[in-house]
Amino acid sequence: MSAHLVLPVSARDHALGPADAPVTLVKYGDYECPHCARAHPVVRQLRAHLGDRLRFVFRNFPLTEIHRHAEHAAEAAEAVAALAGEDAFWAMHDRIYEHQGEGLGDHALAAHAAALGVDGDAVLREIRGETHLPRIREDFMSGVRSGVNGTPTFYVNGARFDDDWSDVHAFARALEAAAAPSR
Amino acid sequence: MSTPLLAPGTTAPDFTLHATPDQTLSLSELQGRRVVLVFYPADFSPVCGDELALYNQLLPEFHRVGAELVGISVDGAWCHRAFAEQRNLHFTLLSDFEPKGAVARLYGAYREHEGVCERALYVIDEGGIVRWSYRSPVGVNPGADGLLEALEALPARSASGSAA
Repeated sequence: MSAHLVLPVSARDHALGPADAPVTLVKYGDYECPHCARAHPVVRQLRAHLGDRLRFVFRNFPLTEIHRHAEHAAEAAEAVAALAGEDAFWAMHDRIYEHQGEGLGDHALAAHAAALGVDGDAVLREIRGETHLPRIREDFMSGVRSGVNGTPTFYVNGARFDDDWSDVHAFARALEAAAAPSR
Repeated sequence: MSTPLLAPGTTAPDFTLHATPDQTLSLSELQGRRVVLVFYPADFSPVCGDELALYNQLLPEFHRVGAELVGISVDGAWCHRAFAEQRNLHFTLLSDFEPKGAVARLYGAYREHEGVCERALYVIDEGGIVRWSYRSPVGVNPGADGLLEALEALPARSASGSAA
């Protein structure tokens, strides 16, 4: 089975780090998934470790049948991006994962947006209008076609990372190896 | 250790298993429809949960390509019911419980030493012929990409209602 990213990273994506970084790490995640929340600080450590050698991309993979707030959470983060830009998106992304355990109902999502200086009511309007659902579905189906088999699923330079992501040292070594190809 | 799966072109052996404590389902009842058989080791184990959660989420995609999804493990019908309720599953889980693993054996998808099903996928066409099969290492969730590609590679169906 192909376990490669079928939708290349492009300007459509939310990305942190230089576009010409030697390593691109893509995470397919669900905001209500506890494993994804555990992976969040792992990614932060990887970014700190690799610095400008790493570009990190997040794509939505909400499993709405088991996580009933996951889709609205994804829509809220996308709404914040649309209303206030990429920096605000990442702040919202961090905030949702860091506060996941406190619940992700619409009221909480609006409050998270407001705490970042974004109009919570505007975010809720975009959720109700399903403004960002097409993009979230595109993220989701690109993941399905790329062999996402649960959340989180990571891709390192387009290849699915099948090892244990929770071992941050091993993960960092894998990224180091990808950053320094034989030359 | 592992027996081979049935190869593409093989007639899928018919079987009848409990879908609920008081209802059975036979493969032959699904003739005329495409069927995805998902053999998996156990209800409630983490990897199966993720695998079935993913397929559950993708039911509209399977229906779009005219396929019915059916899960099979050696768990009992009551266990399946609890599992389906907890995970909000919207497809049938069959219980290969008595004689244990008999259907999985027919399909080359039984792990004799562990006494559970392999993690194996089958695509069966409208005429009851195996068109694709795949065995995943038992600890690895196979995802849905190969399955959807196999379904889409089947020839277009003749007149039938539900396909888009």
